[in-house]
Amino acid sequence: MQEERLTSSTGAEKCRRKIRAVTVLLCSLFYCEQSRETLESLKRESETLKKKLEEERNKLNDVELHQVAEKVEVLSALSIKTRRVLKGHGNKVLCMDWCKDKRRMVSSSQDGKVIVWDAFTLNKEHGVPLPCTWVLACAYAPSGCAIACGGLDNKCSVIPLSLDKNENLAAKKKSVAMHTNYVSGCSFTNSDMQLLTSSGDGTCALWDVESGQLLQSFHGHTADVLSLDLAPSETGNTFVSGGCDMKANVWDMRSGQNIQSFESHESDINCVKYYPSGDAFASASDDATCRFYDLRADREVAVYQKDSIIFGASTCDFSLSGRLLFAGYNDYAINVWDVLKGTRATILFGHENRVSRVRVSPDGTALCSASWDSTLRVSWSFSTGSNYIFVLGKQ
Amino acid sequence: MTINTLAKGGCHREQMACFRKMEKVIVAMQDPDMGMKMRNQRLLITVIPHAMTGHDIIAWLTHKYRISEEESLHLGNMLVKYGYIYPLKEPRCLVLRPDESPYRFQVRPLTIYLAKKNIRKQGELMEYEKERYSLLHKRINHTWDFVVMQAREQLRASKQRRKADRIVLECQEQAYWLINRPPPGVNNVLDTGLERPNNFSCRVTLVSDFIIEACRKALGRNRVKSSICLEGFLKYSEQYLNHDPIMQGCLPSNPWISDDTAHWTMNAEIVPVPTRLRVERWSFSFMELLNDAMGRREFMTYLEKEFSAENLYFWQACEDIRHGESSKIVEKVEDIYKNFLAPGAARWVNIDSKTMDKTLEGIKRPHRFVMDDAQMHIYFLMKKDSYPRYLKSDLYKNMLAKAIVPQETKKSVFPFMRRQRHSSPSPAQTATQAAEEEGLAKGAGANSAAGSHF
Repeated sequence: MQEERLTSSTGAEKCRRKIRAVTVLLCSLFYCEQSRETLESLKRESETLKKKLEEERNKLNDVELHQVAEKVEVLSALSIKTRRVLKGHGNKVLCMDWCKDKRRMVSSSQDGKVIVWDAFTLNKEHGVPLPCTWVLACAYAPSGCAIACGGLDNKCSVIPLSLDKNENLAAKKKSVAMHTNYVSGCSFTNSDMQLLTSSGDGTCALWDVESGQLLQSFHGHTADVLSLDLAPSETGNTFVSGGCDMKANVWDMRSGQNIQSFESHESDINCVKYYPSGDAFASASDDATCRFYDLRADREVAVYQKDSIIFGASTCDFSLSGRLLFAGYNDYAINVWDVLKGTRATILFGHENRVSRVRVSPDGTALCSASWDSTLRVSWSFSTGSNYIFVLGKQ
Repeated sequence: MTINTLAKGGCHREQMACFRKMEKVIVAMQDPDMGMKMRNQRLLITVIPHAMTGHDIIAWLTHKYRISEEESLHLGNMLVKYGYIYPLKEPRCLVLRPDESPYRFQVRPLTIYLAKKNIRKQGELMEYEKERYSLLHKRINHTWDFVVMQAREQLRASKQRRKADRIVLECQEQAYWLINRPPPGVNNVLDTGLERPNNFSCRVTLVSDFIIEACRKALGRNRVKSSICLEGFLKYSEQYLNHDPIMQGCLPSNPWISDDTAHWTMNAEIVPVPTRLRVERWSFSFMELLNDAMGRREFMTYLEKEFSAENLYFWQACEDIRHGESSKIVEKVEDIYKNFLAPGAARWVNIDSKTMDKTLEGIKRPHRFVMDDAQMHIYFLMKKDSYPRYLKSDLYKNMLAKAIVPQETKKSVFPFMRRQRHSSPSPAQTATQAAEEEGLAKGAGANSAAGSHF
């Protein structure tokens, strides 16, 4: 009797096991379907939301920039001339930054060399050879006492500038930022003590220079981040970044949150730069256009393009008043745009290879352009037909 | 008609976009109605059909894109550099000449050319060409025989062609060679710099989540009407127009033009008498005033008269925490509490009770942003109250009245004489000297008052 019962229970056991197996199989198939459906519904949801966002943005779009700018005086003919050519790099110059003293600058190149110049006298004050090639980013500290540089070594280092000729600056180099891919851009914040970096690993990061500690990281880009710029705002809390995902993101430095995002370029964004008031920023992209984004209206308000401009724009910067936007292109030229009217004011030739960086000096007196032709040029402009304005009052 | 690059595995994304645009230009140039008029061009004693002159190319570009001749020359040069148009005269030099030099549109691939050249003029390949040739041979070994056969066929056929065609073919291929394998010392136009291979969009769900979150937040944000925002830009640019040296020049002269650093000396951080433009700028916004060392000093003097200087001292101390070293945060927060927030503090600041409570709570666990709320409160207090009154005060008005308006330096009588460009002390040097002096003072036992270095 017992044996019979055992046999019958084993049979039932087998049956139960079979049913369990089939159920598990069915369940897993069901869940697979679920997750595929979830993916689809997520995609649909994000598309719908994006469309809604565009509609919202357009609701307050009651006028275009060039329309509003019709009442502004047309720029008198602008002429730009090169006044200094800085020769000394042996290879492509990839980046440069002005010092706050308005005449010194730091530049970095493909062969790993970082040079600090007094551009006014053409004097090379420091030359630091780095062990890595492609130093894509360099920045001058606000105090003028240090520089930061980084690139293919995935790091950003700070080098204090000493005037002792015997001192080996390269030995005093201190690694501050560590990324998992190349460093594409770096900038000191309001002091020498904090460094903001952007990287090919898709993130931006804020670092404490003294300790090398990571203070905040910024995630949201889905491809290499190529450029960043700090906002000149009263509260000094935000910065914008642009990357290969064609997006420009605005970040809160305190919380690490992405507070605004713009996606209207058709190719990689190579450079982002704030308008001097901090209410807008411009971007330069491989799609051969530069665009102007209004942060309060939360939308793109101007596109600077021309049929005859075929090559990507790699860099841009505003003149002091924000009326002009200087942009360097991969066809070796620098186009100067009238920001308000959307037209091109003039074009500057001279470089013999791509323009990798343009920067207006801190007091707005000159424009520096760095190029793959291994030179840096300092240019200045004059308006033919403008008079110097004398301010009325006691002299 | 796309260029076949053998070097890179695939074309760089950015380049593809450029090539497509250049091709559009070329297609427009070849349009039977609106395109270029091709005709027979003379090259020494040979007549080349379906060619155009450099001059014609420039004229067409100038007309079509409504640009200057200089820019057309530049654009045309790019088309030649990238091989879309090749020169028939001086084929080794890929430059557009704005004269009667003949040019033609490019068509042919590279490999066959190399093989032909090798077969025809054994040993006349240039050194770098030889290297490439052997490299190519190694790479496409199995198809090499086919290539050589093709090359032989073409040579045979070409011997029978007219001289004009042969010249054309040679120039075509020469141009192609120069672009894809530039000789040492010449720019490689196909050099696109670093690869940008990273793309994380494979993490689809994560990305969708991000986007949805971002969109939802964005939908809820407050936006300002375009008409208002855009007016803002007009006003800003107008206000700063006189201060923009690139637009309006600067007084007494732009140092980069005149080699005279007077402009910089007059506008140094601290001067006995500031310039008029500088003092005017303090009235543009509170931030302008605070960002200028002299402006800040003046404002401090004004606040002391009003017995509210503690606000500015407090704000400065908070800035010091926000932008300073992480290691000093704790001690700085303690100092601020002692000097500004503690009951009976020497420079007690008047903050609303809610913010004060929140700040005092936060001080128990000090971090970089613990003072943010209090700092904002005081900043806006100064901005809304003290700042407007300062601008109306006698202190400011007197400063404005005695400010300098530099005389414009007349252009040098002898334009060829260049002024000596004087060097200036590096900021690093002044900082080192200051530190040394401070060190000496400390060493001598002098009392160095602890204070902010603004």
